[in-house]
Amino acid sequence: MNYSWNWSILIQPPYLGWLASGLELTLVISISAWILALIAGTLVGVVGTLPHRIPRMLAATYVGMFRNIPLLLQLFLWFFVVPELLPSGWGFWLKRDLPFPELWTSMLALGLFTSARVAVQVGSGITAVSSGQRMAAVASGMSPAQAYRLVLLPQAFRIVLPPLTSDFLTVFKNSALALTIGVFELTAQTRQIESFTFQGFEAFTAATIVYLVIALLVTFFMRTLERRVALPDTMGAAS
Amino acid sequence: MTGLDFGVIQRALPFLLEGLALSFFLTAVAMLGGVILGLGLAVIRLSRWKALSILAAGYVNGFRAIPLVLVIFWFYFLVPLALGRSVSALQSVVIAFVLFEAAYYSEIFRAGLQSIRPGQWQAAYACGLGYFQTLRLVVLPQALRNMLPLMITQAVVLFQDTSLVYVISLRDFMTSASIVANRDNRLIETYLVAALVYFVICSIGAASASRLSARWRPA
Repeated sequence: MNYSWNWSILIQPPYLGWLASGLELTLVISISAWILALIAGTLVGVVGTLPHRIPRMLAATYVGMFRNIPLLLQLFLWFFVVPELLPSGWGFWLKRDLPFPELWTSMLALGLFTSARVAVQVGSGITAVSSGQRMAAVASGMSPAQAYRLVLLPQAFRIVLPPLTSDFLTVFKNSALALTIGVFELTAQTRQIESFTFQGFEAFTAATIVYLVIALLVTFFMRTLERRVALPDTMGAAS
Repeated sequence: MTGLDFGVIQRALPFLLEGLALSFFLTAVAMLGGVILGLGLAVIRLSRWKALSILAAGYVNGFRAIPLVLVIFWFYFLVPLALGRSVSALQSVVIAFVLFEAAYYSEIFRAGLQSIRPGQWQAAYACGLGYFQTLRLVVLPQALRNMLPLMITQAVVLFQDTSLVYVISLRDFMTSASIVANRDNRLIETYLVAALVYFVICSIGAASASRLSARWRPA
């Protein structure tokens, strides 16, 4: 292998700054997409467990749509196609006046893509809470909304926290796709360092280590959280 | 917004179908290689050789922690360097996908192998079978039944992930669609049709996975 090493490239300006700003964008996109995914996913997950057929079908359609189209194509649809299909005033605003359109688009696309996975998890969590509890909640005079808010969801979240952790990690990895619409997140920055300096080995190693550290930190944080909030009777099973 | 013209798809059909063929080819090769390598990794990880088991775990968790796009870039850059000669984008992508998928299939195998009760191993040993005989004749046939739905689900994910070769301009279905979209300036039509194609193929895969898992409830 014929390669001249230069690890110091990683701490030289401007490359260190590129890495830092890439990491910042990766974190910003991932965390906002995750918040959107939690909100939208919980809503759809709840709708999917309602007793009527039509809302259940709607939720299933939502999940199917977002799960069966590649994320890359979904990004392109939001970025290139949706602004054209909107009323022309809105489309103009999206294309001309909105600052950082590629950033907003990647948060939205990644958030909705992930919300389908969250919806499935939340739905299965609600189903896992015994149906007797739903009946007991209704029998003690709660409205369906109260039953969900006070009885079903608090338990469902605690049941599905471990699989949600892996979805959270997936968001970080998937945020790399934002580079295809021109967001200079971490992977894009390392690619740029490679093409500027030909020190690809060092650049990609830096990105790999950062992603590994994020994965370790998130896993550690979530394990701690899982232990603290695990339902008493699932304590052994969760660990 | 001007009128939509879906004729662009018809005119570009041979080109798009070629791309789709490459997507299927990549999926098939990555699945085959990933399953073989993943089985090996899972067996090593569950074995008694402590050091090897830790290495396998490191491999699996390492690949699962980094984005596929980064892996594709890594191998696009690394394979020519390691071999000392230029290789095609397709070759580097095939290597990247096989090694990446192996990590995911290894986790499916690990869960599948662990789903078989220890009594089965003990009974097979008592009948005089060796380790690999037990694995091949007793444990794997049962584990495969439990794993098949998950393996199909993973194949659907993999099929979607092959679209990422776009980042190194390899002409799979996604890249071909994007070339047609930009060349003929028909982004709306092309991307909508591409989304429909992916949707139909992946829905069929997902539906067959859930039918299988409904039929084969673990005994």
